[in-house]
Amino acid sequence: MQLTVLLLVLAALTAAGYLLGRSTAVCRARGRLAALHSVPAYHGLYVALWAGLPAFLLFLVWMAAQGWIVMQLTLAALPDRLTGVDAQALSLLKADILNLAAGINTGRRPDPALLEAAARHNRLMDLGQWMLLALGAATATAGLLAARSRITTALRARNKVERVANVFLVVCSLVAILTTVGIVLSLLFEAMRFFAAYPPLDFLFGLHWSPQTAIRADQVGSSGSFGAIPLFAGTLLITAIAMLVAAPIGLLSAIYLSEYASRRVRATLKPVLEILAGIPTVVYGFFAALTMAPFVREVGTALGLSVSSESALAAGVVMGVMIIPFVSSLSDDVINAVPQSLRDGSYGLGATKSETIKQVVIPAALPGVVAAVMLAVSRAIGETMIVTMAAGLSANLTANPLQSVTTVTTQIATLLVGDQEFDSPKTLSAFGLGLVLFIVTLALNVAALRVVQKYREKYD
Amino acid sequence: MTDIAERHAAITTTAPNARWHGAAFEARLRRRYAAERRFRLAGLAAVALAALVLVLLLGSIAGKGWTAFQQTQILLEIDFDAAEIDPQGTRDPAVLAKANTMKLIRDTLAAQFPEATTRAERRQLSDLLSSGAPFELNRMLVADPSLVGSKQAVWLTASANVDQFIKGHIPRDVPAAERKVNDLQIRAIDALTAKGALTKAFNTTLFTAGDSRYPEQAGIGGAIVGSLLTLVVCLGLSVPIGVAAAVYLEEFAPKNRWTDVIEVNINNLAAVPSIIFGLLGLAVFLNVFGMPRSAPLVGGFVLALMTLPVIIIASRVAMKAVPPSIREAALGIGASRLQVVLHHVLPLAMPGILTGIIIGTARALGETAPLLMIGMIAFIVDIPQGFTDSATVLPVQIFMWADSPERAFVERTSAAILVLLGFLILMNGLAVFLRKKFERRW
Amino acid sequence: MRVQTETRSAPAAPAPNAKMVARGVKVFYGAKQALKGIDLDIMANEVLALIGPSGCGKSTFLRCLNRMNDTIDNARIEGTITLEGEDIYGRHVDPVQLRARVGMVFQKPNPFPKSIYDNIAYGPRIHGLAAGRDEMDAIVETSLQRAGLWNEVKDRLREPGTGLSGGQQQRLCIARAIAVSPEVILMDEPCSALDPIATAHIEELIDELRGAYTIVIVTHNMQQAARVSQRTAFFHLGEMVECDDTEEIFTNPRDERTQGYITGRYG
Repeated sequence: MQLTVLLLVLAALTAAGYLLGRSTAVCRARGRLAALHSVPAYHGLYVALWAGLPAFLLFLVWMAAQGWIVMQLTLAALPDRLTGVDAQALSLLKADILNLAAGINTGRRPDPALLEAAARHNRLMDLGQWMLLALGAATATAGLLAARSRITTALRARNKVERVANVFLVVCSLVAILTTVGIVLSLLFEAMRFFAAYPPLDFLFGLHWSPQTAIRADQVGSSGSFGAIPLFAGTLLITAIAMLVAAPIGLLSAIYLSEYASRRVRATLKPVLEILAGIPTVVYGFFAALTMAPFVREVGTALGLSVSSESALAAGVVMGVMIIPFVSSLSDDVINAVPQSLRDGSYGLGATKSETIKQVVIPAALPGVVAAVMLAVSRAIGETMIVTMAAGLSANLTANPLQSVTTVTTQIATLLVGDQEFDSPKTLSAFGLGLVLFIVTLALNVAALRVVQKYREKYD
Repeated sequence: MTDIAERHAAITTTAPNARWHGAAFEARLRRRYAAERRFRLAGLAAVALAALVLVLLLGSIAGKGWTAFQQTQILLEIDFDAAEIDPQGTRDPAVLAKANTMKLIRDTLAAQFPEATTRAERRQLSDLLSSGAPFELNRMLVADPSLVGSKQAVWLTASANVDQFIKGHIPRDVPAAERKVNDLQIRAIDALTAKGALTKAFNTTLFTAGDSRYPEQAGIGGAIVGSLLTLVVCLGLSVPIGVAAAVYLEEFAPKNRWTDVIEVNINNLAAVPSIIFGLLGLAVFLNVFGMPRSAPLVGGFVLALMTLPVIIIASRVAMKAVPPSIREAALGIGASRLQVVLHHVLPLAMPGILTGIIIGTARALGETAPLLMIGMIAFIVDIPQGFTDSATVLPVQIFMWADSPERAFVERTSAAILVLLGFLILMNGLAVFLRKKFERRW
Repeated sequence: MRVQTETRSAPAAPAPNAKMVARGVKVFYGAKQALKGIDLDIMANEVLALIGPSGCGKSTFLRCLNRMNDTIDNARIEGTITLEGEDIYGRHVDPVQLRARVGMVFQKPNPFPKSIYDNIAYGPRIHGLAAGRDEMDAIVETSLQRAGLWNEVKDRLREPGTGLSGGQQQRLCIARAIAVSPEVILMDEPCSALDPIATAHIEELIDELRGAYTIVIVTHNMQQAARVSQRTAFFHLGEMVECDDTEEIFTNPRDERTQGYITGRYG
């Protein structure tokens, strides 16, 4: 409630600042607008920024810090018997308080001390929000008045406003960097926690994957086994099947569409590939699980083969179909980048079209085609939904495409879906897998992008 | 030289006519043209195969899903007996909402089918109707208390099994033991059909309801609202940040190693697997910042980070296409660089930027994996009311339903996919339209 | 002037020693007409220069002579062109075969991204001219020798052709065209991307090749036309204004447009 009010107040003060700044500037100019260094609108923006920006930053900082501070205050008021426990139990305690504070009763009759803590938590939150409202409104008003008093004809309002705008632009372009940093740090940090509990070499080279940790220590297999080789092998198998489908079909489609098809044929067939590219992966997964897998199984059984109902083949083929447009559009780009003069040179010697394509165009475009395939492989390795829905969960170490295998992404998805305890090696292992996945795909992407760039430079 | 030159001459130049018209040459030419045709055919086959798979994929989903847009209903003559549902005569909505309408249905069915005598048989009859049917009556009563004491013919939702039977997905000729609709129920269905008291009508529940364990009560309304809320957050963040970043990189940034790093970084970010973004959301937004699980707010954050590179790249391409002469002209009459961008470059680049935004949004709308990581996979019956409520999105709903073995859920999953594809086609169509309408070449 | 070209009713009989004969050649790119009826005889074993301001249609005409315009989607060609009396646009004539007989060298050197050896061997290989490795080696060597490139590249035949200098690349392209022993070689401004020294090399080469091949060269550079050609045809706005001995054209042009062009009043 208070937040909405605060945001409305800030918006109103900002708008008022704009109008006030503009009219003040006009007033100070005494009818000679040309005397102003900047046009009145910039004075308006200058005042508006002073009114809105500091208060908004205060709002952000406050919102980020409030939860933590209030929780510390709440915990401080609790008796030691509740708070004097290890970190894991403490985080459970915090979750309980938050749930009670939000009015969610977990079923059991809660500890009266906890109930009180929840009430205290809510009171403090409420108080904090009122304080924020008051402080925010005060900051905005102060900023507005201070900025207004500084308006003179000589004020370089435009330069100041533009400097703020420039800072905003720089900050926005840093978001992409921050995202990467966030990915790297969160993967590294959580993976380190996993590797502290499970040796990294056993993880990377172990042949047995069964992440089911027992709930009680005396159960069989309580330690869980996190040898990821079967997952890597499964990922490679499905990726290989996908590329066997996608690379030839994608490349040939690109060749046909860019070299052979008339403009009208191209205009009708290209959208087919674009539609394939636009279909969400969950739809491919559904198709793989409900149509392709039974089909593969039936055909296999008719041929006298034993086919798993979640065969790697079905998932791989559908993934290949998903990647066809990816390969074809990238190959299309590189094929079109081959200069016409090379084709002319070949035609001029009496080569047919296919001879020209096979012996001149494709060799010339080869680096680009290789890069396209690398990007496609990276996409196949990282694809999640198709394999989660159509490939199995059993970590078989096999090269038989008719058997069921599991992949890195499938395991990440299943390990983290549902209510998991966040600190167990089981869930943390997902971050170990994520780290490997990130490093592999990043290496492929960087290499491919570099190849493409070199290739572009060659023909520019 | 002479020796080799003679040999060359012997090989090539002596008799051009013989060389270019000889039988050997003709045969070779035929072989070359055959190879040409084969290659061309292979290309055509590749495209045709892709098209065939597309048709198969869409066809199989449409074939499975189109029936879900209709739902079987049963007409029952309900006697809203005042003594039964409102003995005190208060007409209090709270009482009416809790009234035992199940009994009304049972009584009606018992009167209509006197041949069902045992308790089990009566139960089988009431199983013809959805377990949600009594609530439909309760809602009617609350909306119109004057119904109490009257007799009304009411269309009620049939159970999923009846629905599937009517649609032919449960065949009559399988042995009764394996059939989910037994003989008594089939007789009742036939009797109702003969009276015109059993028809298929447009399935509004599919679009208005949230999730449910009962297929006939399950809908994608909640998921659609969840998707919308998530997209609002996603666009609210990614569009301003993305366009601003593109403006900085294209118009302001100095060309140095630092901006190269940003550029490479953005290109790589566009190719990072989506599930990694889910891990980021889980580790940072949920665990570090303590944001709520399953909330559209967090889903929107994660999708915004994924959409950002798409928007930045598209916006930069669009701005690059604006000829420098326009910038120079504006700078030449004393505009500041920011004014040049705001007044000239951005308006001219807007169609391209919008296209990029729509394509990015379409991708975000179809994205599933990262949202699984942040818990948007909860079973949610209520339609989410705000950005911090638990919610799911359309693709995740499809993922969850795809796991349900019931035929009725397969049908609904396919229907949900059709709706999702419908949205995507709409958005891509808009992008194509914008590109065609505002395309400009300098 | 237009009257003059349009009233030329009956096609002139071809000269007795003509290698290629063009009669009434018109080319349209979509709705735009690029050539307006060209009549021209190309004599055997001569160097014929086509000159004229840019956009006059000389390159278009050149590309008609080996049907390179076929590769352009919306190009349409009318009229007849014969090679040794055979209509090259006739139904049974195959463009692939034709282009082996009428080779082409392009404005910008366009070596394939292959080794020097494979660049030369490409044409003979696709046409099946060499029976074995030895024959192919012989073809590569003589072709490079005729193009005056042998001594410069004989030790690095396996290196990529794109690593050569611009002038060497263009001579490589000429050697590549020679390797299939064409009867006619078409050159489309072969020196426009080269420096003066490389240009001189190519011009010498053209002079040496005369006698063994019929050469048609399009050029912007009138000195070049004067240096290398025996006959010159002047094109203007899609028409061929006049064609005569090179000396005659440069010293005593009949048409005032030709005179205007060669004296540099426009171009």
